[in-house]
Amino acid sequence: MCGIVGLFLKDSKLEPELGRLMAEMLGVLCDRGPDSAGFAVFGPGSTGTVKLTVRGEEGTDFQEVARRLSETLGTGISAIGRHTHGILTVPATREAELKAALRTVAPELALVGAGKRMELYKEVGRPDLVAGKFGLDRMTGTHGIGHTRMATESAVTTDGAHPFSTGLDQCLVHNGSLSNHNAVRRDLRRDGFDFATDNDSEVAAGYLTARMHKGASLRQALTDALTDLDGFYTFVVGTESGFGVLRDPIACKPAVMAETDRYVAFGSEYRALVGLPGIEAAKIWEPEPATVYFWERPN
Amino acid sequence: MSADRAEIVDLATTPLRQLNQALHQLRPDTNQTLWRIANPRGRHSVAVGVDVPVTIEIDGHVGYYCAGMNKQATVTVNGNAGVGVAENIMSGTVHVKGDASQSAGASGCGGTLIIDGNASARCGISMKGVDIIVKGSVGHMSAFMAQAGSLIVLGDAGESLGDSIYEARLYIRGAVQSLGADCIEKPMTAHHKAKLAKKLAVAGVAGVDVGAFRRYGSARRLYHFHVDNVY
Repeated sequence: MCGIVGLFLKDSKLEPELGRLMAEMLGVLCDRGPDSAGFAVFGPGSTGTVKLTVRGEEGTDFQEVARRLSETLGTGISAIGRHTHGILTVPATREAELKAALRTVAPELALVGAGKRMELYKEVGRPDLVAGKFGLDRMTGTHGIGHTRMATESAVTTDGAHPFSTGLDQCLVHNGSLSNHNAVRRDLRRDGFDFATDNDSEVAAGYLTARMHKGASLRQALTDALTDLDGFYTFVVGTESGFGVLRDPIACKPAVMAETDRYVAFGSEYRALVGLPGIEAAKIWEPEPATVYFWERPN
Repeated sequence: MSADRAEIVDLATTPLRQLNQALHQLRPDTNQTLWRIANPRGRHSVAVGVDVPVTIEIDGHVGYYCAGMNKQATVTVNGNAGVGVAENIMSGTVHVKGDASQSAGASGCGGTLIIDGNASARCGISMKGVDIIVKGSVGHMSAFMAQAGSLIVLGDAGESLGDSIYEARLYIRGAVQSLGADCIEKPMTAHHKAKLAKKLAVAGVAGVDVGAFRRYGSARRLYHFHVDNVY
């Protein structure tokens, strides 16, 4: 099962509403995936800084973590704590050092994702409660993707929850199951990619990152996935400026899209989209199998 | 029946179960023969299992299995329908004014399903007697394992039309991307043209030239075990 959602705004006036709209979309899909939930939001950011999303135990003092990291690196690091996740903002030039310092200063923290604008949150629990704990409804941004999980291929853990991120400002949610993920993971490991889980969806995220690392656009990477990934999948993918959707050629996993002048939205079911403004007049369609859909923000 | 005597049910305020229970409790001689359903908002299983000759108009998009197992009733969806609209329909008519998602009319045993827009993959999968008329196009694997009834498509058909078909008649006006295993094109005789014209008339589809359709059906080569088919 699993439920996935995505919302890509064209009208900047809707940006303050992104989190609220996404929270409603995720909440509706609780019954497609009650095990765990997660979402990635492309929010504010500035050139020259990178945001690291880290995860710790409940009650982690992320301000204290930032203070210790600032001391170690000798540069100002700001932190925002949200439930079990913290967002650490650091000058882009110091990103690698920060990652290294994290391992010694706060080895108990896990790195969930990184990007100029991407923040990524995921946790075990009912999706509407998970979204509430992170305060998704108050988040702002240009686009985001989300997932409600009913685990099939690996354990119900926070690490196994979606979205998966394997590259800067890149994230993926997946509904389905890949049948050749072990082989693809082996190939990617040989190319130097690290994987945190046995999860098939992490392999899909890693695959796309690896393709883009080699110079492919997101559109090209998704097209290549049709050849190289085997199994059932509907993917929704976010990058700093783009938003993509891909279904496998059999297209067992449900998908509905809606587009207006103000947004493009994706839902596993139409129900998830009913709270969006102007949905009654939106163009609504089912994405075709084996067809790459892609939207990009103007620079 | 005048519109002012319609039963109005607003699903924004009335629980779906209450609506479906009310429809199930109708007696064959009920006077409540016209129902208008507002705000379905993509809910699943709207008006499933109705077994009385009433008219049900649904204003908006519905989720999965709308009008599933329908018997006798005439159900109209003024919007799109999700997966499995009119699945296992026994009789009556289900009319979707927009598009339908996958497996429309799945396993339908009788009655008529009309889709004004497109239907996606597996339209009429395992159909067992239903007549399905799609004014747009159908997706891949439509009429998969079809056993009886007819699938009439005014537009195109996707890959593997009629894969593993037992019986059933497939009339396609547009292009067929590919035929599935054991599905072949068959001659469109005067007999078939007459049958098709009748079905289109029953569905209220006028102004369509039956001569423009091609007919597909079973080659009947998969009916019995054949040792050469063993891998």
